[in-house]
Amino acid sequence: MAEFGNPEVVQEEVDILLIGGGMACSGAAYEIGPWVQAAGGDIKVKLVDKAAMDRSGAVAQGLSAINTYIGSEQDPADYARMVSNDLMGITRDDLAYDLGRHVDESVHLFEEWGLPIWKTDENGERHDGSKGMTPLKDGGKPVRSGKWQIMINGESYKWIVAEAAKKALGMDNIQERIFIVKLVNDKNDSNRIAGAVGFSVREHKLYVFKAKAILLAAGGCVNIFRPRSVGEGQGRAWYPVWNAGSTYAMAAEAGAELTMMENRFVPTRFKDGYGPVGAWFLLFKSKATNAFGEVYMDRNKEMLDDYPPYGQAAVPASCLRNHLMLKEMKEGRGPIWMDTVTALANLRETLSPREVKHLEAEAWEDFLDMCIGQCGIWAGENIEPEKKNSELMPTEPYLLGSHSGCCGIWTSGPDDVGAPTDESEAGVPDHLPKGWNWGYRGMTTVSGLFTAGDGVGASGHKFSSGSHAEGRMAAKAMVKYVMDNKDLTPELDTDVDALIEEIYRPVRNYLEHKDYSTAIDVNPNYITPRMLQFRLQKVMDEYVAGVATYYTTNEHMLDLAEQKLEMLKEDALKMRAKDLHELLRAWENYHRILTAEAHMKHIQFRQESRYPGFYYRMDKNFVDEENWKCFVNSIYDKETKTYKCFKRAHVDIVDKAKLFK
Amino acid sequence: MPTFVRTEKCDGCKGQDRTACMYICPHDLMKLDKDGSETGHAMKSFNQEPEQCWECYSCIKICPQQAIEARPYADIVPLGASVQPLRGTDSIMWTIKFRNGTMKRFKFPIRTTPEGSIDPYGGKPAADIAKIGEPGFFNHNEQNGYRAGDASELIRK
Repeated sequence: MAEFGNPEVVQEEVDILLIGGGMACSGAAYEIGPWVQAAGGDIKVKLVDKAAMDRSGAVAQGLSAINTYIGSEQDPADYARMVSNDLMGITRDDLAYDLGRHVDESVHLFEEWGLPIWKTDENGERHDGSKGMTPLKDGGKPVRSGKWQIMINGESYKWIVAEAAKKALGMDNIQERIFIVKLVNDKNDSNRIAGAVGFSVREHKLYVFKAKAILLAAGGCVNIFRPRSVGEGQGRAWYPVWNAGSTYAMAAEAGAELTMMENRFVPTRFKDGYGPVGAWFLLFKSKATNAFGEVYMDRNKEMLDDYPPYGQAAVPASCLRNHLMLKEMKEGRGPIWMDTVTALANLRETLSPREVKHLEAEAWEDFLDMCIGQCGIWAGENIEPEKKNSELMPTEPYLLGSHSGCCGIWTSGPDDVGAPTDESEAGVPDHLPKGWNWGYRGMTTVSGLFTAGDGVGASGHKFSSGSHAEGRMAAKAMVKYVMDNKDLTPELDTDVDALIEEIYRPVRNYLEHKDYSTAIDVNPNYITPRMLQFRLQKVMDEYVAGVATYYTTNEHMLDLAEQKLEMLKEDALKMRAKDLHELLRAWENYHRILTAEAHMKHIQFRQESRYPGFYYRMDKNFVDEENWKCFVNSIYDKETKTYKCFKRAHVDIVDKAKLFK
Repeated sequence: MPTFVRTEKCDGCKGQDRTACMYICPHDLMKLDKDGSETGHAMKSFNQEPEQCWECYSCIKICPQQAIEARPYADIVPLGASVQPLRGTDSIMWTIKFRNGTMKRFKFPIRTTPEGSIDPYGGKPAADIAKIGEPGFFNHNEQNGYRAGDASELIRK
């Protein structure tokens, strides 16, 4: 009988393994069935999720908007331009363009499945999504809260998308509460994927999967930096606290090329609750001011001229908007306010009492659909937005590739949009592809390993809908890969016993040493995952441009961070797990360390400050278009346990000059 | 705003091996204390790691006994407020109580189709294997959402 310390080992062979259960894998689970059927039906697909699909991933809580909807009136090229400018010019136009042409297909399906999408009637009045108005598919007009965003009643967004995914793939092919912690390469080809290992967080079972193709889409990375709230409030991360960098860490260890890991996102949000500001700025036309009521985007607008051309677009890059706000904070003109009182008063002037009541409900729904904790703060501090303004604050840094960030994995793009087929920068390791597509859309530089959503780097702004669409593109390409590799038999390059020993090490550490001291949390032979996380957060916060230093660092601080992270990584082998829950935390934190190390190494390599407002290399406090308008990519050597960074050339596929006309 | 379980309301999901809150929590926080050794309350669930709670309310919304509530983060928020939902099949009702006693109630739609009614491939065409290497999805613009784009925008083609 399996028990803690003596787990059962389950070995399973499939053709395609989907790791994750968020928007990207839900998209893949939906799209893959018809292609498997069309390919003859004998391709076995399995999905494993560390949580429950109904509420897993970044959309678990719900959303109040779909942030990427192109609509019939805009071109995918416009979208690719916006993505590029918001991320300071260095993105893959091929990936953004491809996503832009596909994404609305997924949005229309969400509406068919039951997601309520707000509509605008012929008089310009807006209605919630329950009124049975013309669907988007048939020309219905959404409520735009920005150029690319549409409003929804999205409390059950993930529930709905998961229902479609679960029915499409079949619950026989889905296993929840399985946490995959490590990928395994092929014995006969070190640059090919062969399988993945993990464990159940519910039963004493370890899992060893063999697969020809794997979709790794397990989200971005949260909580590598010390958060602003360190008590109970540390759970109130802006991005979901369960996104542990598993996507980046596992891909890196498997040898996949990472890209733009220096990029981060520091969202400016309502203070402490991290409630969304998009609808306040874009729908309610609210302004953000310093303590004296001055709009910092006006007061400091000449600072945008320091960063041509990115500051000069109609909508300046997100990091630059932070840059202008931070000046106010650093020079003592805080706090920063969202002037909700004036915004709502202005709107009331033109609205009927019925519309005013509706407006108030809209403002609250914006939080209740996706960030309920912010309502708790407003209620606790007696804040009614029409009577009292709310503070804004830039958060601790987050790493992700689907929101306003572009770190992630270097992936194969579409072959029909004019992407480069060669590489002009020297220094790219020989075994890596030269051009931007190598046969299978969404495949990483490791054969058979695919990614989507937060995993795909150098793009960004795909959000929920784009991640779903990207998962679908990858699913289709994986079926093609499996068809093209019919005779392939994956063989693990590591002995199963050795893999088991490795993933179960924290449990062994605990069982071997727990009686050495009388209090199990203080023991010189092991470290708790919680303390290890605190150590990581302290290093990153103090040396790698966290909130403690107003997002500043330099090469000397980075050198220290490197030394400290090296010892932390060594000590990660001494993490303990007193139960399955702590084993989950132990591996999440191991993934966080590898992700944090990539972030640090990339910032160290890039000799400029590409994202002012997100981080500053104070020894290189400028944007250097001549030498650094390029991708910084890296590969991890699992033998030496080190990252190696190199440049790749940036190429425009759509004309960016249109942004500045 | 970590969640907490009301002692007199939780029934441990009637002695099943797993509770609804354990099933749904995205961060594996909810735990059933089978013998009472961890909380003093046998066969009731609890939040085992409140400082990791994202306050996503998944457990609160799913609890069949409405036994779970949230108490705003003690290290941030003044005492006395509460935000409590009642989630139905097509809408959700929210009751917000302010510290000063002000109450607000809202009701929002959550779904336009009956729960469990999605027919994922109903009315959809089969995939055309000849098109597996081309852009587009299996249902081939059946949703009228593929945006082919203005070809002249692609400056390297």
